[in-house]
Amino acid sequence: MQRFKLFLPLIIFAILAAIFFGVERRVLTGDYVPTDLPSALVNKPLPEFSEPALDDGRIVNKSHIIGEVFLLNVWATWCPTCHYEHPFLVKLAAQGVKIVSIDYKDDAEAGRRWLAEKGDPYAVTLFDEDGSLGLDLGVTGAPETYLVDAEGIVRFRYQGALDQTVWDREFAHRIAELNGRGAVQ
Amino acid sequence: MRGLILCIAVMLYGAAASAVIETYQFDTPLQQQRYQAFIEELRCPKCQNQNLSGSDSAISKDLRRQIHRMIMDDKSDIEITNYMVDRYGDFILYRPQFNGQTAVLWLSPVALLLLGLLVWWRMASGRKRSKSTVDPSLSVAEQQRLNELLGDDTSGEKSGDRQ
Repeated sequence: MQRFKLFLPLIIFAILAAIFFGVERRVLTGDYVPTDLPSALVNKPLPEFSEPALDDGRIVNKSHIIGEVFLLNVWATWCPTCHYEHPFLVKLAAQGVKIVSIDYKDDAEAGRRWLAEKGDPYAVTLFDEDGSLGLDLGVTGAPETYLVDAEGIVRFRYQGALDQTVWDREFAHRIAELNGRGAVQ
Repeated sequence: MRGLILCIAVMLYGAAASAVIETYQFDTPLQQQRYQAFIEELRCPKCQNQNLSGSDSAISKDLRRQIHRMIMDDKSDIEITNYMVDRYGDFILYRPQFNGQTAVLWLSPVALLLLGLLVWWRMASGRKRSKSTVDPSLSVAEQQRLNELLGDDTSGEKSGDRQ
């Protein structure tokens, strides 16, 4: 017992080192991003809103966009990561994924030009000029992507750019699950 | 006490607070005080550890504007706090409300303190016991011999003193 006490500090050190090493590995592989916040909206209904559409300024509200599982993508032309993400969203839309987007705190003209030049993967784009819809969603920056189910409940939020790896790891199984549940009902 | 807290807050945030550039108009000093308290107490959701007053990120700017707007709209403190927590979760509060998710945060200091007290108490009582008891690894004869030797030693010193 006395001898065991002598080794206690070493044992504690070894345990802590193992934990930190494990966390650091997950950071390196991208499984764990310490700056990501859990969204307060997960498993809660999408907030009510009424925002102008980017293309023609018609007012869009929540009832217009819910009804099937869809992605709600927050982007802006000032956001470099959104440039990287955009081609993948175009690809997703071509595969039949419904994506609604929010052009967040942006210049409307620049936003329209972006979609004209790079392709428009969005079913509809809401123009959130002052970031008020972003505030209601708990957006902290762009890009961010929410997964919303057919009833309009937010199921998942991803901060950062979507690509194939993120899609396969974070979204594919969740969407399959949501669609599966819809089919059973 | 209030002055001390304020003093510490100024010391901690004084350097960062200079980052805030926008100024807001208030009708009463109380409104301004509440605004200041909120931007000191709420955490920037984009940053790892900065309050709203210290952060110049876009989201902090938006949240400061929102707090100002809500204060001018005569919203109560609890309404503003709930508004923020509904959107950004407990993370946004530097002093989160006590609930299942934050229990570890609130209780672990108490648990560690209790653990420390327990260790201290056990060490103290162990020391007392070892002082008061005879070393059990010595036989009676050995203990007697030891006492003799010790006694001889002290008496020897005493006699030495006398010489």
